[in-house]
Amino acid sequence: MPATTEARDGTGPSPLVAAAAELAATARIPAGQWDTDGRVPSDVLRTVARTGLLAADQPARYGGRDLTPGELGEVAAHLGGVCSALRGLLTVQSMVAAALLRWGTRAQRAQWLPNLADGTLTAGFAATEDGAGSALGEVSTVIEESGNQLRVTGRKKWVTFGQSADVLLVLGRQEGKLTTVLVETDRLGVRREPVTGQLGMRAAGIAHITLDAVRVPADHRIAPPGAGLSHVAATALDHGRYTVAWGCVGMAEACLADAAGHAAARFQAGVPIGHHHSVAALLARTAVRAAAARELAALAGRARTAGPGRGITETVMAKYAAADACAAAGRDAVQILGAAGCAPDSRAGRHYRDAKIMQIIEGAQEVTEAHIADQLLRRFGAVG
Amino acid sequence: MSREPAETTEEITRFLSAALRRAVGPDDDYFTLGLVDSLFALELVTYVEVTFSLTVEVEDLDLDSFRTARRITEFVHRKTGADDPTPLHAGDN
Repeated sequence: MPATTEARDGTGPSPLVAAAAELAATARIPAGQWDTDGRVPSDVLRTVARTGLLAADQPARYGGRDLTPGELGEVAAHLGGVCSALRGLLTVQSMVAAALLRWGTRAQRAQWLPNLADGTLTAGFAATEDGAGSALGEVSTVIEESGNQLRVTGRKKWVTFGQSADVLLVLGRQEGKLTTVLVETDRLGVRREPVTGQLGMRAAGIAHITLDAVRVPADHRIAPPGAGLSHVAATALDHGRYTVAWGCVGMAEACLADAAGHAAARFQAGVPIGHHHSVAALLARTAVRAAAARELAALAGRARTAGPGRGITETVMAKYAAADACAAAGRDAVQILGAAGCAPDSRAGRHYRDAKIMQIIEGAQEVTEAHIADQLLRRFGAVG
Repeated sequence: MSREPAETTEEITRFLSAALRRAVGPDDDYFTLGLVDSLFALELVTYVEVTFSLTVEVEDLDLDSFRTARRITEFVHRKTGADDPTPLHAGDN
């Protein structure tokens, strides 16, 4: 729910945005248990995938629903507001689909996109390695040609929904050049190691994945060697930043609602704690941050409406602002909720842990700052 | 496309010089100069698509075509079916 009560335009949300709101409402209660259990039940994952929401921004000709960037953002905000894991499911599916739509051949798009759009297949994005986090150019996974096949060898870390994904978009190198390849997870040599007990995103089915000379058909390579990071992974990550930004907006607004509800209802010394200036200040700051993040995300959405490759910097700014907004909102909500915020079943506590992750994934805050500053230097710097 | 190759090259070098904050000549390989951040390749694709009203498909993604302003010019004129098939040579403009 937005941090302000400004009326929407009279058109109402698209049916898919309404469907996402309903889905979020049903996930609201069990999301805490999923976090405790460290997993979303597989039947829930399947049901969510089959809604077609996960890559609903794909064009109808590939089985998508032509969702606009603005609508996709609202979907991500609804999911993010109740469960970062479900928002993560949307993020990975839609980012892999976006990369394929942009850089797959006609045949590859026809082969993969309809199954990603209708959720028959779920996708993971396998880029990070031990020695390659924010600096993905350092990946050492090897892709070799072997007859009419490709052989993929490496170890990928922190793959969101890597435990359940049917297919991975893997970043590696072929003859030294950064390259992406699709690897189905039921192929010989794919070994998944579930990650448990991490700070946040506990229900997001995270896995470290070893690829031991996994063979895939040569037509599984996406884009020519050399374009794997600069074009394919960059397109995926740009899309990922966009849905992460909106998920953060949802999380910030959820934290604000919990904190404000508590501040109004909880009496200490005869007055609601929200009447204490210091508590009021935390609420006010959270409200402003959340509203600002929503507007920056909407701005990015408008920029992206112009087509692929548009709104990249606006999206970086939105993700940066929204990650900070939800991290601060989670922190302050836990503070206002006090013991209730620290309890094992605390929603704000869960958002607080998940929000910290948002400041790290899809470009750490420091990396996004560098990009934003770089754009400024370009605009205002002398050419010399 | 009515634009002459020399004009195209000039337009592209202007964009690259502004984007990379240094004078970029028609034959400078700005990728090997190490001046580009991780999002620049996508921005360049978008710039070429918007400026010259074309779509860069994966089949066009021969990175050598994007290495210098002059190569981008050749790509743009090939892609848009320009009348002038003459390969450009250093010093044309």
